[in-house]
Amino acid sequence: MFVVMHLAPGDPASIRYGLNPDVSESARAHFSKMYDLDKPVLIQYLLWMKRFVSLDFGKSLIDDRPVIARILARLPATLLLQVCSLLVIFCLSIPIGIISALKRNSLFDRVMTILVFIGYATPTFWLALLLILLFGFKLEWFPISGMSPWYTAYLDSFARCKDLLWHLVLPVAATAFGGLAALSRYTRSSMIEVLGENYVLTARAKGLSERRVVMVHVLRNALLPIITILGLTLPALISGSFIFETIFAWPGMGRLGYEAIMGYDYPTVMGVGVMATILTLLGIFLSDVMYAVVDPRIRFGKRQ
Amino acid sequence: MKDKLNKRIIFGASIIALMAIVAVFAPYVATQDPLEMDLSADARLQAPSLEHFFGTDSLGRDVFSRMVYGTRISLSVGFIAVFISLVIGISLGGLSGYYGGWVDGVIMRLVEVMYCFPTFFLIMMVITFLGPNIVNVMIVIGLTSWAGLCRLVRAEFLTLRERDFVYSARVQGVPNGRIIFRHILPNAMAPVYVSATLSVGGAILVESALSFLGLGVQIPTPSWGNILTAGKNYIDYAWWLTLFPGLAILVTVLSFNLIGEGLREVLDPKLRESRR
Repeated sequence: MFVVMHLAPGDPASIRYGLNPDVSESARAHFSKMYDLDKPVLIQYLLWMKRFVSLDFGKSLIDDRPVIARILARLPATLLLQVCSLLVIFCLSIPIGIISALKRNSLFDRVMTILVFIGYATPTFWLALLLILLFGFKLEWFPISGMSPWYTAYLDSFARCKDLLWHLVLPVAATAFGGLAALSRYTRSSMIEVLGENYVLTARAKGLSERRVVMVHVLRNALLPIITILGLTLPALISGSFIFETIFAWPGMGRLGYEAIMGYDYPTVMGVGVMATILTLLGIFLSDVMYAVVDPRIRFGKRQ
Repeated sequence: MKDKLNKRIIFGASIIALMAIVAVFAPYVATQDPLEMDLSADARLQAPSLEHFFGTDSLGRDVFSRMVYGTRISLSVGFIAVFISLVIGISLGGLSGYYGGWVDGVIMRLVEVMYCFPTFFLIMMVITFLGPNIVNVMIVIGLTSWAGLCRLVRAEFLTLRERDFVYSARVQGVPNGRIIFRHILPNAMAPVYVSATLSVGGAILVESALSFLGLGVQIPTPSWGNILTAGKNYIDYAWWLTLFPGLAILVTVLSFNLIGEGLREVLDPKLRESRR
């Protein structure tokens, strides 16, 4: 895993640098020179790597501000959105999965299975549009775009928080949806597998309450594969942020990346790419740590 | 039991077959030329009617006809992109699982890099720099979606290469290439079929998202994704521009997923046992 951490920034970087000539052709000559775009691709790449070590991504080709400052300005909004979505996914999908597994083939389980199937197939950006249509325009319950409009500057901090939450509802619903379907499905199958194990039978035979059997014996063992899936949903969530932040005009990193791509703002694209990769790796690292927390075998395994 | 799983496959396959027919015979199915504009005030943004099944868009074009032509795009992108990722995934996965050692090491690192990078951003970037058109979309989706297949094939190869029939082939002096393609690969295909069917749906989703962002199929060529983009600005009024293309994507992807799940149940004996 750590090998990958060193590999990841380099490899996608070189893929993108291979495409660089397109950019410099379209740029004026002195402009190219200013940003070293006239040098050979390899030299550019080495220069970029040199600066990358100190987290210096250069300056934006659009407004000349340092890329890292632009990204850091946008990062909190993205993190807020992602963390809220993850919480929603966690809090909804695991209970849904547990109930489906315990009451297999019940009405609830059947309805959920069908919903999950539809959830897998739904284009999530379309869902976002439908949410806007229904809750934004028809019912007018939630604001359809933006994070903190101009008027929030005149509100006290409590009202500002409330307004922020209000703006979060639709983007989080759209972002969480895809992960919700996947994770509840995996929770269900993982729970069913563990429910068939002998130690669950033993626990029941000991006369433990059903609640204790499920919450302590089954859930703990079922959590392992769930954590793996959670780690894998992270790249998907971050990929999704590029679409959802554009649709909902959310002032986050995803929209910055989209705008940078559209404007051929090369250093910013690189910076966002690296930052997205770092976030993903961070997520995978966290899920590794969670493994160790949930499973003592992994914690002690290394020492023996 | 058996009937139930067949039902899934039959249901999914018949919808896809219908879609394929629509795609092939698009000029006959469409009620109107998908590019024909009518800018007069009462022709634009018409609600669905008998004349225009799915209404008209902001340029007075018939949405139903545009969607019929969009079927071509979605299906061909789905199939060709998955074909590319199949070729890459199977060859790399096969090499990796069969030879092991440093070959395996290099390929698996590559797979991990693919897994860690937010693929959609990579696709967006490459498409922008190469120029957005349908061929590039197919190629790039194919080039970025083989990692899962590769792992799958590798895992199959790892178990199969230790089996007796592979040993006996090797003892008889059968060349490596022939062992890989003739002896191991056919036995490793079952999970590949399942995964490939599921990823056709995935590729269609990615294509529609790209077209939606203006990075896929370029206007005026109709695709489900860019009809949605056109509808975004009129979402408070012209709901039909948003509802129908999305439903089409949903139904298509759902059908592919149904076929995939059905295949999984038919092909995976372990699952069949546990379901009983």
